[in-house]
Amino acid sequence: MSAEAIVGLYVFVLAIFVGNEVISKVPSTLHTPLMSGANAIHGIIVIGAMLVSAAVGGPLGLALGFLAVVLGTANVVGGFVVTDRMLAMFKQRPGAGGPKK
Amino acid sequence: MDLHTLIPVIYLIAAITFVLGLKGLSGPKTAVNGNRIAAAGMLLAVAATFFDIEFQSYGVTGLVVTLAGIIVGGAAGFVGARLVKMTAMPQMVALFNGAGGGSAALVSILELMRSLGTDGRTMGQAGSSMLGLMIGAISFSGSAIAFGKLQGLITPRSFKYAGQQFVTSILFGGMLILAALLTLSVGGYVAVPQLLVLTAVAILALLFGIALVMPIGGADMPVVISLLNAFTGLAVAAAGFVLDNQLLIVAGTLVGASGTILTRLMSKAMNRSIANVLFGAFGSAPAAEVGMTGRVDDGRTVRATTAEDAATLLAYARNVIIVPGYGLAVAQAQHNVRELADLLESRGVNVVYAIHPVAGRMPGHMNVLLAEANVPYEKLMDMDAVNPEFPRADVALVIGANDVTNPAARSSKGSPIYGMPILDVDKAAQVIVIKRSMKPGFAGIDNDLYLDPKTQMLFGDAKEAVAKLVAGVKAS
Repeated sequence: MSAEAIVGLYVFVLAIFVGNEVISKVPSTLHTPLMSGANAIHGIIVIGAMLVSAAVGGPLGLALGFLAVVLGTANVVGGFVVTDRMLAMFKQRPGAGGPKK
Repeated sequence: MDLHTLIPVIYLIAAITFVLGLKGLSGPKTAVNGNRIAAAGMLLAVAATFFDIEFQSYGVTGLVVTLAGIIVGGAAGFVGARLVKMTAMPQMVALFNGAGGGSAALVSILELMRSLGTDGRTMGQAGSSMLGLMIGAISFSGSAIAFGKLQGLITPRSFKYAGQQFVTSILFGGMLILAALLTLSVGGYVAVPQLLVLTAVAILALLFGIALVMPIGGADMPVVISLLNAFTGLAVAAAGFVLDNQLLIVAGTLVGASGTILTRLMSKAMNRSIANVLFGAFGSAPAAEVGMTGRVDDGRTVRATTAEDAATLLAYARNVIIVPGYGLAVAQAQHNVRELADLLESRGVNVVYAIHPVAGRMPGHMNVLLAEANVPYEKLMDMDAVNPEFPRADVALVIGANDVTNPAARSSKGSPIYGMPILDVDKAAQVIVIKRSMKPGFAGIDNDLYLDPKTQMLFGDAKEAVAKLVAGVKAS
């Protein structure tokens, strides 16, 4: 196994533990924003799309690369904006009752 | 120091912002900033990638194609996310998830196309690429079907035909075998027409994604959406292995973990295994419908009530628990419900909301709907917290919820939902159920709650019925 693959595996396994630790603390009230926020984060694939897009070359490679970047960016931007809109609704408003800071 | 050597450091910072973003979600107060920090990290990572040597070696063409893609995708994502109604959130999340899955599948395809001609690639990388391609493509087509079902373009009911499991198994098996063959061919063990096999794997994965989600009914959507979310995360992580990009591995794995945890929570809340949700959709057995007159075999009757009577009951209660379900989302009655609750509270009635984990069409669906109507989140109680409160409640007001309130889940061993944790609505002193008709819920079974002597049915659309209750409470 190559050194890069081992490093990758380390990162993968440790990220599983971090993910479990962080996400199990999210209350059920925020499960929808969690899903949507996580959704935005996997849009990071857009940098993968950038790195391979023109590598293949030719019309087919460019077309697929373009599509990959479009989908990835839509995922990132849409995901973060939707999550932001959702979270804005969870803000305390004056007169909404409940304890205030 | 050269700018290029900074890129891995910037990727590390981005990975940290993603963890912080998820960590922020542990409370509503920190969540907004967390999300923005993660978004800033994402922007930083994408900007840094423009300075990557590999990226720059593609020259002007690569730059133009990428910039055009970012503008088109960014505009589509932004406009879609701004314009979508809050009630259409589940399908929007499915759509963006599918976009990410599709992008991950394309990245894997491109990577394979690049490597097939050269000798520089190992079987491990080819295998990772195949995984990324398959999982990404399944997530793409599966999310598209989930979107169609949630949007009402395809029947939200379970879609079944004879020999379905056989066809699905063939698609799955064929996809795996071809992917294995291609991986072996990269190692030089077998010779196959690689591009052809690659295309076939992609097509089979797309078909399998469709076959996987089509038989799943609307009420199981919280499980499916979380699962597809996890899939896309894993596809991104697989792409990270191929590209030796740790940021992709970290981000993909974090999402994979979040999707997996949510999927497990959702299936636990239905007391069903993930396999049972995916392959054993219930609701196929036709249920005996109880007519509006409500006379059933054992002589118990359904008691219909008027909005005025129900309003009086609510107005003079001390403790009221509101139980929202998908019917509330469909009728978009959340603002009326908030108005009713405010009105009752101004009369000194104590009002809380009981939220079942799988109420609605995505994890936390009811929470986000009620938050839209400015219901303070302290009033939203989850199942374990609220169940001991029902015996003390004077009135439980069930709005568009059905199966999650069915006492058969506790008592009747033969019931398909036996063992599913439910809200103990039947333990309240009085129960008012707002429902459009006596039609059974998604599980296709009758709800004993409706035949309980202390239950009154208020038939009608949730929004109109709640509006009438508001008028009734004002009058009393």
